[in-house]
Amino acid sequence: MAPERTAAHGVPPTGPTVTILIRYFAVLREERGRDEELLVTDAATAAELYDDLRERFSFSLPPERLRVACNGDFVAWDQRLADGDLVVFIPPVAGG
Amino acid sequence: MAVCFALSDTPIDPAAEQRHLHDPRAGGYAAFEGWVRDHDDGRGVIGLDYQVYSELALVEGERVISEAHERFDILHARCVHRHGELAIGDVAVWVGVSAAHRDAAFAACRYVIDQTKDRLPIWKREHYTDGKSVWVNCQRIREEAYDQAIAR
Repeated sequence: MAPERTAAHGVPPTGPTVTILIRYFAVLREERGRDEELLVTDAATAAELYDDLRERFSFSLPPERLRVACNGDFVAWDQRLADGDLVVFIPPVAGG
Repeated sequence: MAVCFALSDTPIDPAAEQRHLHDPRAGGYAAFEGWVRDHDDGRGVIGLDYQVYSELALVEGERVISEAHERFDILHARCVHRHGELAIGDVAVWVGVSAAHRDAAFAACRYVIDQTKDRLPIWKREHYTDGKSVWVNCQRIREEAYDQAIAR
């Protein structure tokens, strides 16, 4: 699968780019139509990455209703992204 | 510490889980079983699917159990959560806590199930008698998005 660029409106990314593996769950998986994907992005933080994804894929959930995990644990939205990171956006949970 | 939080894609056996709690110092144990019920928020439910981010759920689940040990005077605590397709009446989650005295066992059991529901990356899709299904807690947003889509 070829990495896709996530720049909004087709504008080429200007900052340094990183390749991120994103896994989707629940409503995000349904809206994206896939479990995971590799994306090349110029997003510097997890928050910027979700903004990118939301613009591109029209996710219904605003970031205020999500948490974010990077490399297997919860992180803050201002987490800096590094090449090869695994990022998962966590929709509102409903265990139990 | 032993692994005390587990995920299962097969039916939970409460009797087998309870054996993890046995201890000669224990005066008893408290357990909570969450079952799949046939209604939610006024709608008839025929079944549901759980989806889990396993790697993170296991880490966070062990944290919840550790916190229960820090906060309450208990001996053993364990939690098992199902994933996959479940039918009405199936055990969705089982929590058990043994302790010398009942107050700590009840309080810790309550803590573990409450934190599990609040924090673990587990999602529930309910299937209703009217043929619809939704991811619980994303429902309101989803229906708004649906309304917007059909209004366009």
